[in-house]
Amino acid sequence: MASNKKYWKSVEELDTNSVVETLQQSEFVEEIPVGDFLGDKETLEDSSTTRRDFLKYVGFSTAAASLAACEGPVIKSIPYVVQPEQIRPGVADYYATTIANGFDFASVLVKTREGRPIKIEPNKLASSNGGTTARVQASVLSLYDNMRLKQPVANNEFVYWSDLDKAVTGKLAELNTSGKEVVLLTQTFASPSTTRLISEFKAKYSNVRHVVYDAISESAALDAFQEKYGERGLADYNLENADLIVSVGADFLGDWQGGGYEGSYAKGRVPKDGKMSRHVQFESNMSLSGANADLRVSLTPSEQKVALAKLYGYVTGSSVGGKLPKAVEAAVKKIAAELKKAGSRAVVLTGIQDKGAQTVCLAINEALASKAFNTATPVKLRQGSDAAMNQLVADVKSGKIGAVIMSGVNPVYTLADGEAFGEALKKIELTVSFTEREDETSGYVKYLGAAPHYLESWGDVEFKKGHYSLIQPTIKPLFDTRQFQDSLLKWMGSDDSYYTYIKSTWSTGFLGGSSWNKALHDGVLVAPVVAVEAQEGDAVAAEEAPIANVGATVAKLAKATAKGMELSLYVKTGMGDGQMANNPWLQEFPDPLTRATWDNYLTMSQVDADRLGLSLAQSTFFTEARHDANGGLNGTYANITVNGVTLKVPVMIQPGQAVGSVGMAFGYGRKLGLKTEMQTGVSAYKLYANADTTQDIKIEVTEGIHEFACLQLHNTLMGRGDIVKDTTLEVFNTTDAKHWNPKPMVSKDHKMIPASDPGADLWTSFDRSIGHHFNLSIDLNSCTGCGACVVACHAENNVPVVGKSEVRRSRDMHWLRIDRYYSSQDSFIDDVEKKDNIAGLGSSLSEFAELENPAANPQVVFQPVMCQHCNHASCETVCPVAATSHGRQGQNQMAYNRCVGTRYCANNCAYKVRRFNWFLYNDNDEFDFNMNDDLGKMVLNPDVVVRSRGVMEKCSMCIQMTQKTILDAKREGRPIKDGEFQTACSNACETGAMKFGDINDHDSEVFRMKNDNRAYHLLEHIGTEPNVVYQTKVRNSNEA
Amino acid sequence: MKQVKHRNSTSKVLGFCLAVMLAFSTSIFAQGDVAAGKALFNSNCAACHKLDKDMTGPALRGVAERLEKDWLASWIRNSAKMVKAGDSYAVEVFEKYNKTAMTAFPQFSDADIDNILAYTSAPKPEPKVAVAPVGGSSGNDGVSTDIVLGLLALVLVVLAVMLVMVTKTLNNLAKQGGVVVEKTDSIWKRFVKNQFLVLVSVIAFMLFAGYHLFGFFMQVGVDQGYKPVQPIHFSHKIHAGDNEIDCKYCHSSARVSKTSGIPALNVCMNCHKTISEVAPETADADHSKGFYDEQIQKLYKATGWSDADQAYTGAPEPVKWVRVHNLPDFAYFNHSQHVTVAGVACQKCHGPVEEMEILEQHAPLTMGWCINCHRDTNVKTEGNEYYTKIHAELKKKYGVDQLTVAQMGGLECGKCHY
Repeated sequence: MASNKKYWKSVEELDTNSVVETLQQSEFVEEIPVGDFLGDKETLEDSSTTRRDFLKYVGFSTAAASLAACEGPVIKSIPYVVQPEQIRPGVADYYATTIANGFDFASVLVKTREGRPIKIEPNKLASSNGGTTARVQASVLSLYDNMRLKQPVANNEFVYWSDLDKAVTGKLAELNTSGKEVVLLTQTFASPSTTRLISEFKAKYSNVRHVVYDAISESAALDAFQEKYGERGLADYNLENADLIVSVGADFLGDWQGGGYEGSYAKGRVPKDGKMSRHVQFESNMSLSGANADLRVSLTPSEQKVALAKLYGYVTGSSVGGKLPKAVEAAVKKIAAELKKAGSRAVVLTGIQDKGAQTVCLAINEALASKAFNTATPVKLRQGSDAAMNQLVADVKSGKIGAVIMSGVNPVYTLADGEAFGEALKKIELTVSFTEREDETSGYVKYLGAAPHYLESWGDVEFKKGHYSLIQPTIKPLFDTRQFQDSLLKWMGSDDSYYTYIKSTWSTGFLGGSSWNKALHDGVLVAPVVAVEAQEGDAVAAEEAPIANVGATVAKLAKATAKGMELSLYVKTGMGDGQMANNPWLQEFPDPLTRATWDNYLTMSQVDADRLGLSLAQSTFFTEARHDANGGLNGTYANITVNGVTLKVPVMIQPGQAVGSVGMAFGYGRKLGLKTEMQTGVSAYKLYANADTTQDIKIEVTEGIHEFACLQLHNTLMGRGDIVKDTTLEVFNTTDAKHWNPKPMVSKDHKMIPASDPGADLWTSFDRSIGHHFNLSIDLNSCTGCGACVVACHAENNVPVVGKSEVRRSRDMHWLRIDRYYSSQDSFIDDVEKKDNIAGLGSSLSEFAELENPAANPQVVFQPVMCQHCNHASCETVCPVAATSHGRQGQNQMAYNRCVGTRYCANNCAYKVRRFNWFLYNDNDEFDFNMNDDLGKMVLNPDVVVRSRGVMEKCSMCIQMTQKTILDAKREGRPIKDGEFQTACSNACETGAMKFGDINDHDSEVFRMKNDNRAYHLLEHIGTEPNVVYQTKVRNSNEA
Repeated sequence: MKQVKHRNSTSKVLGFCLAVMLAFSTSIFAQGDVAAGKALFNSNCAACHKLDKDMTGPALRGVAERLEKDWLASWIRNSAKMVKAGDSYAVEVFEKYNKTAMTAFPQFSDADIDNILAYTSAPKPEPKVAVAPVGGSSGNDGVSTDIVLGLLALVLVVLAVMLVMVTKTLNNLAKQGGVVVEKTDSIWKRFVKNQFLVLVSVIAFMLFAGYHLFGFFMQVGVDQGYKPVQPIHFSHKIHAGDNEIDCKYCHSSARVSKTSGIPALNVCMNCHKTISEVAPETADADHSKGFYDEQIQKLYKATGWSDADQAYTGAPEPVKWVRVHNLPDFAYFNHSQHVTVAGVACQKCHGPVEEMEILEQHAPLTMGWCINCHRDTNVKTEGNEYYTKIHAELKKKYGVDQLTVAQMGGLECGKCHY
């Protein structure tokens, strides 16, 4: 008997007279506008085209179109007239060069195909800064940017360089006689040749001032270092030598003081002989460093100053005043004790933009005699001076300056009162800006020098004292560009090119006995440290009196208090200082922590958001608030006021954000020289008064709901220990692996057997012991979540960019994602315990919901996930056309041209790593990113297919790279050595978290990793036997 | 002692030579060996000289008549010295030909020089008149077939007419004789009535149509035999066939790269700087010498080479070749894998290119064709250390001596599609 039970979809349905009844009658909610669709009846009847005619036309045109399609197109091939000796079509060449755009500095290898640079790879010969970040990886795409300046501009009109030269040299000569000052306002070049060149320029034109300006200033640290050690630079840290790393507001895994520390950090983070370094982070915003810390203490920026002062007090044994919340006070005391115990094996870092704080930090490291702390080879990657810049702004406004020549800077955008500076610039007689693209400043200057991309330029860089690197062009300039240095040479009346100039600098200077060609080939050179060289930029009398007494400084720091909410400006991993805002790869790059793309926002703690009324309620089955039905995250808007500047910004709830503080990222809110899609976010530079990242802020609620585009819709693991395994060093050292890395068991015939047992398997296994069998090992301990692999994968595999609205619909195409999990408890272990203790329906309903709410100061895990290349893949068995199949070498292969787009495979994939092409992303105006124009397409890797609409795609384990390695070995008739096999991600990984190789080679690193006791597979109990293996995360909670 | 003896013999030889020279002074050059001279000329002089045309150096036919033999001999052995010494004609020649000093040939004996000069003095051969095809044997075949076919058709028509006439006459006779001819249904109606026949013929028709439709669709996108007209008529037959130039001399990237590469024009110019026209023998029935020479001129135009000035003077214009072999983008093919590692002959896939006047696509280049070859072909593992281990293991597994490409994993989708 059928049940009489009535089911309803909503309460309204029960009311018989409701609108629901009407709706049930009609198929569509609104009437279909058939009339509009067919035009009015009269014209329709008058028309000579009958329905039958129409069908005939359709039929004939379809037939004609399909017949025409049978005819193959005639394809033209145009060979070189004179083929360059080094270029062999189809074979990649690599050149060593260096990126040095004033913010990102790295020694890199550039892969070129048929003369086109297509990929950036780390230079493994480099002794420092040889790693690549997401931005460095993405920089190659900026070369092929249609919005670049293609020619010099004078007064808004394109001109020739000769015209520009004539105008500039004429003016310079005039100013030379009148005696008015000429200012060179540049980025940090850190270039010995440019320093020499500018000093020669000064000799030629008597009244020249050189001001170095960093968009995001490290002036406090530089001033402190200069005062203490007499040289303008930054202390160098080798974190490998530290057993205890204490960071007070320093995001050293991000871009703190020029970055480049993750390599040495990661070396100490993998437990070896029962030991690993311990990392403690005091910070307000949740940063990449904080996310990796063993202990993270969240506190506001002013409390950080007090904490640093107290650390100094405890370490040196002096008494320091100041108030801290009780818990923080206790933590500081404990960590100070740890610091003292670790002694020279400890190091303290700080990112507080305050000269006093930086001085205190140097003093602590001196007091500890830290082995990780090095002042003999100071880092040169930031050289700007706030005092010099302030002086310049004042002078420009007062009209004392005769000329301003800029290179690599965009002060109108990056200064807090940029527009006022711009207006003042307008009154200067001669203003020239060398820039790659039109920017905010270009509207205020008379001449725009079209500057080349770094892949088209010559140059040199001194990363840190004695560590040199060369920049060489890898392609002929695409446009009529000329670099700043060549222009200076021209204006000095020299016929030299900058190339010969660099060569002479090197051969007369530090090249010593080594060969120029070798240096150019390697890209790097370490020279014996010579005496103090000329510093970049002119010295300016410090505003503050020199710090004579550290004690007084500490006392001053300890008194720091906040007036209300504090804003802490930070640098986002993807966007940096905003130079590469027109780079779609970076716009779509998900922030490692918030997982948001195409946006910046105000990060705020849940507590503050609730207090200020900025929090949206959780969505339920019936309501949409925080999340849309499709999962998209929503946020409220807030009006924030800093120093009288008010901005409307969306609010993002950030677990771990210190209560009483908010954060906001630089680099967004640009409008000029950018495609409309890239004009995202709000400019935080407007709030960057006095180049101080900490500001007092007023926050008010305002109307509107902001739609974020996040890649990850859930925040915590819900206690599922079979996805991320983590443990503490103590447990790791003292107990057996089965406690902290249990092998999953399944029941068979009422007996528990391991899930990896052949008896538990649905499939029969193939013999994979012959030939290569590739495995990828990912160590959760050394993965910092930096995301270089994500962009490297984009570049290598022609992954399309889909835009904000598609990402919001979860249609992102990243083959490799880095999942970020928070813990709802203090640690992940607590989560698992809580989940295991859930009993009964009632408690499961309430407690599972709680598990999804991250804790106020959660622990964080980053987990890169790509296709797991399961030996027993669930996707392969369901494909109706056998488009996805398994290779003997372990790769799960995807034949795109065979795929018909049923998406069964994606549904059946346990790891959700398959990506579907919902649209045609190339040659499509709707997706106007890099694959829509001829220039942007030059970055495509010719060895990988560009996928079309309606096909599934996914990580191929870079089969094009493994196949190439095999072919090279076959051609040379030799076996393959361990380390030769690489994927784009493993190659880009600076910390060595990703290791790729052949497990049939039992001497290989990856074989060792696979059999390590930390190794586990993702969702091992479902028996897919993945070829990607993860290493359990171990946290050092041992108090030293 | 020895030296003295030697000198004596030399002077004797010289004396004898002088006597011979005096005796035959008028016809001295005719005495050289033309064949030996040609060989010497081709190996030493042809890079810069032609017989009938100025090149890097002047045209040399009849040079012996124009100049003294002694002068010529010393010029050949060391022209720079003569120019330096200020010999007026030597300086004139030097100035005229862009001040390019001629390579000195001190190793040439008098006899060598005689031979060369004999070759240059040989009369110009009469250009071979291309034998016009005069209604030859090939024509005869066509005509005779036509006639036979025509005759047959005529016979058929006559027979048909006769049949109609016979039927008519018989009908008339029957009518006159009062015989009533029974009227039968038309053949079509009878066919429709016969359901069995209808069924059979429908099945036959469907099979026929299906077969041909399948055939039609299977050849869509298959361009076997594709033979496009190229902007420059480049004959592989002349280069790879007649002159036996190795394929990989021009298509050098086939050794190291995924593409075999269309040679850059500077590769053509390696030879064609000196070969500005074809030999008269090159011309054949379909292509005259003038036609081929014109193609070389097209090359010169594209590279900007001026044959008269012997220098690159014009602006280069890249040649837009029509691509013949064209794999779809979703298939990865690597030439070096097949050419260098496997040692497959180019002809295996490209056919007898050395016999092709106009290059055509020999193979279907379909996936089935690739796969079939991978099934049949053994991997060339000898002497390649890469294969040592895997070959030994796989041999054991499959129990064979020689592994095919398929057994090595050459049929996996991902090996060619990524």
